Amino acid sequence: MKISRHRTQQIAKTIIWVAAFSTLGVMFLILYQVLREGLPLLHLQFFLGPPRQMGRTGGIFSTIVGTLVLTAVAVVIATPLGVGTAIFLREYTRESRVSRIIRFGTDCLAGVPSIIFGLFGFVFFVIFLKMGWSILSGGLTLATMILPTIICTAEEAIKSISYSLREVSYGLGATRWQTIRKVVLPNAFPGILTGVLLGVGRSVGETAAVILTAGSSFLMPDSLFSPIRTMAVHFYILAREGISMEMAYATGAALILLILAINTAANWLMYRYVHRG
Amino acid sequence: MENRFKVVIQNFEFHYGPVLALKDLNLSIRPNQIFAILGPARSGKTTLLKSLNRLNDLIFGTRHRGQVYIDGQEIFSEQMSLPELRRRVGMVFDLPTPLPMSIFDNVAYGPRLKGIGERSRLGEIVETSLTAAVLWDEVKDRLYSSALRLSGGQQQRLCIARMLALEPEIIMLDEPCSGLDPISTASIEKSLMSLKEKYTILLVPHNIQQASRVADRVGFFLGGELIEEGPSEEIFTRPKVKKTEDYISGRFG
Amino acid sequence: MTREKFLERGFLLIALSSISILGLIAFFIFVEGVPLMWKTGLESFLLGDRWYPSKSSFGIFPMIVGSFWVTVGALIVGLPLGVACAVYLSELTHPTLAMVLRPMIQLLAAIPSVIYGFWGLIVLVPLIRESLGGPGLSILAGSLVLGIMILPTIISISEDSLRALPRTYKEGALSLGATHWQTIWRVLLPAARSGIVASIILGMGRAIGETMAMIMILGNAAQMPHSILNSARTLTTNIGIEMGYATGDHRQALFATGVVLFFIIMGLNSLALIFSRKGRA
Repeated sequence: MKISRHRTQQIAKTIIWVAAFSTLGVMFLILYQVLREGLPLLHLQFFLGPPRQMGRTGGIFSTIVGTLVLTAVAVVIATPLGVGTAIFLREYTRESRVSRIIRFGTDCLAGVPSIIFGLFGFVFFVIFLKMGWSILSGGLTLATMILPTIICTAEEAIKSISYSLREVSYGLGATRWQTIRKVVLPNAFPGILTGVLLGVGRSVGETAAVILTAGSSFLMPDSLFSPIRTMAVHFYILAREGISMEMAYATGAALILLILAINTAANWLMYRYVHRG
Repeated sequence: MENRFKVVIQNFEFHYGPVLALKDLNLSIRPNQIFAILGPARSGKTTLLKSLNRLNDLIFGTRHRGQVYIDGQEIFSEQMSLPELRRRVGMVFDLPTPLPMSIFDNVAYGPRLKGIGERSRLGEIVETSLTAAVLWDEVKDRLYSSALRLSGGQQQRLCIARMLALEPEIIMLDEPCSGLDPISTASIEKSLMSLKEKYTILLVPHNIQQASRVADRVGFFLGGELIEEGPSEEIFTRPKVKKTEDYISGRFG
Repeated sequence: MTREKFLERGFLLIALSSISILGLIAFFIFVEGVPLMWKTGLESFLLGDRWYPSKSSFGIFPMIVGSFWVTVGALIVGLPLGVACAVYLSELTHPTLAMVLRPMIQLLAAIPSVIYGFWGLIVLVPLIRESLGGPGLSILAGSLVLGIMILPTIISISEDSLRALPRTYKEGALSLGATHWQTIWRVLLPAARSGIVASIILGMGRAIGETMAMIMILGNAAQMPHSILNSARTLTTNIGIEMGYATGDHRQALFATGVVLFFIIMGLNSLALIFSRKGRA
């Protein structure tokens, strides 16, 4: 039985439609489920109060602090390194053996799974450098994880600055560093910021590496050497130990909202400043 | 002998990688004159300009042979400071390229790089340069608005002002009026005539007519070689080389 | 002059940070893990199917099998659905709708894996347990959730590849009388093949490296799985579950697991590089 081409097309397109809808549907359903159960539970006390009874009740304040501080450390360390690498690749060198090695290292680093970063962070920062389970260990580990992202986006941002702008700057008697400082970086800033935001998003959601390096104490930290629990880790522990489904939903909802905010900011930046050219 | 000339180019040859862009160039340029560099596309005109301020150094894989002297100093020597050279030899490109900042900051960019930070001093410099570029009256009330909002002609005059702010000795303009309306073109040509009293000017004109209007001397380039050079009336009315005559009369372009 | 030279050297040093970190990671993981692998014997470590740390028995074959099945399962789920979505977005839907959906899909890629694991635990696991039997915490659950997790990657990269194709491909085929579907199936998809393959390899990398969600829904059985309804462990969950309390040889065995994982990922990365070069040519 020969099926006409148009019939085939109808069938194929229908299958694709169904597949696409159900796929996208399921993906959004997952978010919807967590938000539906968790959003009603979000109130000010939840954000500002400390966890009580191992997290069964109370709030998540210390974990919010943990997330913020850990992310801040990671960003403060990774951004100069990442932007510096991008500057080197685009301003101080052309395609050569050195640049190929650097790119290879960056690409590979981007593919390393988070559990390996966790193992590394544990043996290097926690044990070898004797930092213990701490904000510092966790932040440094997260920095190594988000470094490739920042390098990549910073490089793209710097690359998109037109050659003629640089030519003008040099033509007016600027040195290389002056040109970078006054023309390249200010104009690449939105793109670089987008990359930083992506790194922030990754740090916020990271769990495996954080547990192995920053510990899981839900007490407020005293210093950079104190252990800390992030929202993602808290969520994981609540869910896995079955401590409280309610609190888990609430924490999950808060986590999703945070990621939503970060992503929206990154998208807005990209739309407003980067794609304008 | 070299004191008579501002720029002396001897046996100069320039390569972009494997491509030969300028060869056997021997040329001397007198001070306080407008020297027009004429020729069809790909004759080496822009290469010549960008060699004089060594902007070609930015491109990887270039090499040269021969010497270029400005006021007796060899510009390719180790001791030559590139930023210093580029301040003395200013350049305006064929497309207006304002920096994405205010008009004031554009013109003040060069002086700030030199280390001039004082507000009042910068203000003076900005006003003087914009006046010399015949732009002051049009922008004096909006110095702090973005330079990107200016029209094409205004932007190009801004680029001229920007360069003048460094008080160069030599000014190079690479088809500065391309894409500009006739009025802007006329005002730029007019300012060139007054600028030559202070500066030595190298101009790649947009067309032959522009050269005949403003140039004192003309050099005709073809395929990277200087074919003929002399006072502008001579070149335009009694050229010595046939190729020059063919180009002038429009037999090729 | 010297200031500029100083800055250049400085930036070079900074730029070497990524490769240095990679080297440090490899070094420390290897230093901790390789001696144990040697002690146990490479063959019995990789192919041994008994993982009893308390009895110093370290065979990770069940975990390798677990990783394998879960990844294959994820690809079975992710590849057809992902490419279907990519086709839908680039060819079958209104461009404005696609423009709205795209950032939403990016958002889904940014959602932490623990959220997906949570959903799997709450919804999928009981569902499987009630309808298909077994503990519910199974390879099936893992594959499904992992498949969903790698979907955004496969969708966005495949869609980018489809959209990057020159319009002439589509216009040429249509003007020769092909239907829209024929154009998609016979011209566009084959032409975007290298991008789609790249997305698969990237998806595989993410699947193999996933830890937290798998810990939550795969069950904890350190035994050879015999059906997709069995609980299992992957190389990653093996490390993630026991690292908290492992000491001595046990801990080193976990690092050794990390070494194996490292090699697998590096192998995949190189494959991706080779394929992306082929695509360029």
